[in-house]
Amino acid sequence: MFYRENGQFKTSYRADQQIFPIRQDRIFIWLLLAVAFIAIPALSSDYLLRAILIPFLILALAAVGLNILVGYCGQISLGTGAFMAVGAYAAWNFGVRFPGMPLVVQILLGGFFATIVGVIFGIPSLRIRGLYLAVATLAAQFFVDWAFLRIPFFTNYSSSGNVSVPPLTAFGLPVQSALEKYLFVLILVVIFSLLAKNLVRGAIGRQWMAIRDMDVAASVIGIRPMYAKLTAFAVSSFIVGVAGALWGYIHLGSWEPLAFDLTRSFQLLFMVIIGGLGSIIGSFFGAAFIVLVPVALSNIPHMLGLPLSVDTAAHIEHMVFGALIVFFLIAEPHGLARLWSIGKEKLRIWPFPH
Amino acid sequence: MEMKRLNLKLAAALVAAAGAVSAVATPAMAAEEQFVPLLVYRTGSFAPLGIPWADGKLDYLKLVNERDGGVNGVKITYEECETAYATDRGVECYERLKGKGTGASGFDTQSTGITFAVSDKAMLDKVPVETMGYGLSQSVDGSVFEWNFPLLGTYWTAADVMIQDIAKKEGGMDKLKGKKIALVYHDSPYGKEPIPLLQKRAAKEGFELVLYPVTAPGVEQKSTWLQIRQARPAYVLLWSAGIMTPTAIREAQASGFPRDKMYAIWWAGSEGDVKDLGDVAKGYNAITVHNSGAEHDKVYDDLKKFVYDKGQGSDKSGKTTLGTIAHTRGMMISMLQVEAIRTAQEKYGKGKALTPEQVRWGFENLNLTQEKLDKLGFGQIMRPVKTSCSNHKGDDWARIVQWDGAKFKVASDWYQADKTILDPMVKEAAAKYAKEKNITPRTCEN
Repeated sequence: MFYRENGQFKTSYRADQQIFPIRQDRIFIWLLLAVAFIAIPALSSDYLLRAILIPFLILALAAVGLNILVGYCGQISLGTGAFMAVGAYAAWNFGVRFPGMPLVVQILLGGFFATIVGVIFGIPSLRIRGLYLAVATLAAQFFVDWAFLRIPFFTNYSSSGNVSVPPLTAFGLPVQSALEKYLFVLILVVIFSLLAKNLVRGAIGRQWMAIRDMDVAASVIGIRPMYAKLTAFAVSSFIVGVAGALWGYIHLGSWEPLAFDLTRSFQLLFMVIIGGLGSIIGSFFGAAFIVLVPVALSNIPHMLGLPLSVDTAAHIEHMVFGALIVFFLIAEPHGLARLWSIGKEKLRIWPFPH
Repeated sequence: MEMKRLNLKLAAALVAAAGAVSAVATPAMAAEEQFVPLLVYRTGSFAPLGIPWADGKLDYLKLVNERDGGVNGVKITYEECETAYATDRGVECYERLKGKGTGASGFDTQSTGITFAVSDKAMLDKVPVETMGYGLSQSVDGSVFEWNFPLLGTYWTAADVMIQDIAKKEGGMDKLKGKKIALVYHDSPYGKEPIPLLQKRAAKEGFELVLYPVTAPGVEQKSTWLQIRQARPAYVLLWSAGIMTPTAIREAQASGFPRDKMYAIWWAGSEGDVKDLGDVAKGYNAITVHNSGAEHDKVYDDLKKFVYDKGQGSDKSGKTTLGTIAHTRGMMISMLQVEAIRTAQEKYGKGKALTPEQVRWGFENLNLTQEKLDKLGFGQIMRPVKTSCSNHKGDDWARIVQWDGAKFKVASDWYQADKTILDPMVKEAAAKYAKEKNITPRTCEN
């Protein structure tokens, strides 16, 4: 009832092929954008923006990138943290060595270099797959960790191996206050999510999914596995690299390789699995779950006035968080995105369940 | 049936989401209370060091409230936030706590990584960052680092003092020529901080510096110590933390490297690091900015009388951390914080809650004379310290303590880092930082 598309006729190919063919979806997306661009800036505090929304958006972007690789193309990767690191360090190096370079160009160049590294480490995917590939991409993680720790060129000979960014401006506007940073990240995330959504709907996305579902069958019908797999690695690591640059530039402001270690790769993989493999919106759900729930859990005892010491709270947080992950994966192995679509189905037939 | 199950799932999702949203609201606080945020790590791989350190910070604030009723009548409020040594969690804690009360009086971040990330933000938020004995070595230069206070010494101080003590043992700086000195370090910004100073010293004194990075968390050191056995350095400087320290001592024993030729940075020189090793660690040297922990001073008695005897101590057993080196260091951090508030109150009004900006002035104008320290009960623990606009470190006295199998005992006089080496390095590194960050240095009169 709430979600019926009765009476919504499409009279042109254009109308039939739009990203959100159902009117309710379009309204929802416009509302969501209005909240993100107008309501949140108007209402939220510095803490909400800087400690919750900005990390959420950036990690959601990285999860979108990883989802293209793992969810759409079926190539399991444990090197996401490494590709984020490449994006961040490459962008930073351009910023330091070419002082006049615009911020957006630095970030996109970060993404570009992450693409190169991603494709190089994606080459083994032509021969191996599944868990074997996961281990091969783990090599990317170790190699990149090593490189940024030990090759002083990458950190511009900084004595401690730590790098930090100067005050940022984009298009002549400052990107310094929480609000400016939030809007900057939001714009990039919206653009890249739309691009990703369109890619996975198009010919290339279908090729990825065909490879994921059965690569032998896909090659029989004329899909080139090499092209499909390497483009998936390229697109995925580009987006992940951009997210990495944003994580370093906007969220941390100063970082060391530890910010992009293996834990980060796992975290992103969990986001994709919990959010829903092969779903763009699922990446956002997953990021929300992984970013928000621990913060909430660590805050709840304090909010309720429970006299828990911080270490006890931290242990409880880990236990509850683990239990929630297990619960969600048992209750809905296809992730939060699947719950979302079931919800929509229910709304469509409401009030007559069957 | 299907509907019911879905409801359950949706309910769980909603509960998670509602929790996340409600976490965002921050309760308001009454005036004339001074808020001190406490970033701690009581979990994670560095917890053995983090727990006594955190207890010490907390205990001293409790003591000030109990014994003196706060600072000139202004009660200290505090809140702990667990970082587990992770930078992003530290940033979240910082954002959560920076605006509490009249504003956070200063962040002791307890981690080099968090210090870097927070220093960036503190400049814009106008909140002081107190990093006693760690953090960015170049932040001594107050004209560039207006908001950072690496009080009592940096890693460059420590490295320089170690070399001085080694030279003294060998019979003079000129005796170091041709010798090999190894640095075994945690492969992170924390571990790398002393390298520039050591390189400078090596060039000047003519000793050979050999670097041995150890991947975090530092439980894999076999190959490192095999290399040390081959290279036969005269001394090993150890820049470790947490589990890496006892592992290093054990590996030194296994490879036959004498423990009395090892010099550890202060974060690797707590009782917790060596207690379980007992005789294995005998002779192990560590540097401290204060006493050996075992010596007694008035503040310990006060703490016992006003806090622990009332059952309010942070260390629940009251035995494991109290009076240890790390606990003492935690108390000193809080003491310096409180004294910064007290100093600032003299300028901005006694009995008033201050803004972070005003507390920053207090940090910059600290003048803890021996007399004041005696009154506070720290007279035998540390040496007097005085900060200024250009010098955010104050006076950097440090000395060596040695583990005798049961406790640390003082093994050297007080040293100060060689200004002729340190000052130009600080200036140069700070200028580089200012250029990268587009900061115009302030002019300091002194």
